[in-house]
Amino acid sequence: MKQQAFEQLYKERWEQFDRLLDDLDQRRPQLPLEQRQQLPALYRRLCAHYALAQQRHYSPHLVAVLHQRVMRGHQHLYRSKSSGLWRLLEFLWVTFPNQLRRHHRHFWLATALFYLPAIFFGIACYQDGDMIYSLMPDGSVARMEYMYDPANEQVGRDSERKADSDIMMLGHYIWNNVSIDFRSFALGILAAIGTVLITLFNGFSIGGVAGHLSQLGFTETFWPFVSGHGPFELTALTIATAAGLRLGQPLLSPGPYRRIDALKIAAGESIQLLIGAAVMTTAAAFIEAFWSPNPNIPIPVKYGFSALMWVITILYLWRAGRGRSTPRAARAN
Amino acid sequence: MIDTLRHYETPEGIELKLPLAGPAVRASAWLIDILIRSAIYLIAWWILSFLGKVGRGGFLLMAFLLEWFYPVVFEAIRGATPGKKVMGLLVCQDNGTPLSWSASLLRNLLRVVDFLPFFYGFGLLSTLLNRDFKRLGDLAAGTVVVYAPDKNSEKPLPEQKPLPPPYPLDLTEQQAITNFAERSSSFSDARARELASLLAPMTQAPAEKATNTLHGYAQWLRKGG
Repeated sequence: MKQQAFEQLYKERWEQFDRLLDDLDQRRPQLPLEQRQQLPALYRRLCAHYALAQQRHYSPHLVAVLHQRVMRGHQHLYRSKSSGLWRLLEFLWVTFPNQLRRHHRHFWLATALFYLPAIFFGIACYQDGDMIYSLMPDGSVARMEYMYDPANEQVGRDSERKADSDIMMLGHYIWNNVSIDFRSFALGILAAIGTVLITLFNGFSIGGVAGHLSQLGFTETFWPFVSGHGPFELTALTIATAAGLRLGQPLLSPGPYRRIDALKIAAGESIQLLIGAAVMTTAAAFIEAFWSPNPNIPIPVKYGFSALMWVITILYLWRAGRGRSTPRAARAN
Repeated sequence: MIDTLRHYETPEGIELKLPLAGPAVRASAWLIDILIRSAIYLIAWWILSFLGKVGRGGFLLMAFLLEWFYPVVFEAIRGATPGKKVMGLLVCQDNGTPLSWSASLLRNLLRVVDFLPFFYGFGLLSTLLNRDFKRLGDLAAGTVVVYAPDKNSEKPLPEQKPLPPPYPLDLTEQQAITNFAERSSSFSDARARELASLLAPMTQAPAEKATNTLHGYAQWLRKGG
């Protein structure tokens, strides 16, 4: 068949295809279903035409134009499901807790990496007032002491931040804490070494500060302040660590896959853990900015709230979405 | 490494061509994005400074979003950050489909590692070590950066009466002649004659006419025979 005849014969069909894709691109909601359902058939015909044009050595221009159409159709037909608010809620209720329970070994390892140094160094700092200086520079210790000194009427803020508003602190906490999650996760790709180091350091410094301040007798300021947001924030940090460990695992033990394929699988699973952790950390930042520093809430109420938050955290991660299978679209990246 | 066209065979049994983008053009796109972000920071700082402390909290929040999510959102929704758009680039999955949200998040969070030990050291090393120019984030997320398809790929050919070639040409030969005609406006006359004279055995024409003869072939090839 001559090229001109070929073009003449199928031109209308190609234009119909273009129009359909234009409509789909603009996401017209009123586009009737039967029209959408034409896409696969039209696309397959187009693929055949493209193959023919190539086989018959039609002009490069025609081949290029058909390739462009095929590319567009391919991108529409095989695109992954788009996300909406409902998908996000479903993710938080079903996919994330299920994914975490599947990776319980990573989670417990991450917990050990964080809490063991924290407890160990916390006790050491509690017994020896100079121990903290082996980890932190003098300036940082002085700032910490100032922040939680009962004489400071704005507990939890150093002299620079003293006059700052709660909203200001919210921005600061989100920036700081979620970034720590992200960095701790990303560095996991280097055989999990970066994640392990960051987590150990976090454990030593958080435990050390807690022990040091308790030893100074600042218990009435420090513990009520951190008790509110601690459950969500520390657990989220541990989950981000678990995600980093999962990301680094393929390099060390790829299992039955090539390392590159194992990495893709691990990445798809670990990013779900990380998204959940980031959402939890953001929630914790709101508590840290608006609840924790409020001096009008009596201390027993703060401890009661903390206990409630621990119960919620544990129940959520342990029970939520149990028995419901992970949606296929979410599992396949 | 020399051929940067990657092929992907679809379930329909045809091959899609993905023209991969190398480190240099991606670095340029990244620089443009840095400039855009800096401009946003400056303007936001100026506006939010009128709002006092609330404004500073807002600025921190915005800086957080801009720093981490600027590329994530643009690449997930439009396939390219503004910088990539300017450079004509597109990020897609390995199979040529649009980027999913989680893949976009992955490849952009892992920038932190690609940036190590300084100024995209690991990223550059990784792009040079694998055949798809992937940095670590691309490897994990299963994504590639390609040149976006040209919307109006039909470039004008020099005016010339269509002329059938003396014998059938295969596809690469046709492409060579069409490319020659498309790009002839960027050659000097002498250079065009020099190139055209290489095909003297085919055109059977004196050097000054060979260029026009080839343009005639190109016209004929594009119109179809």
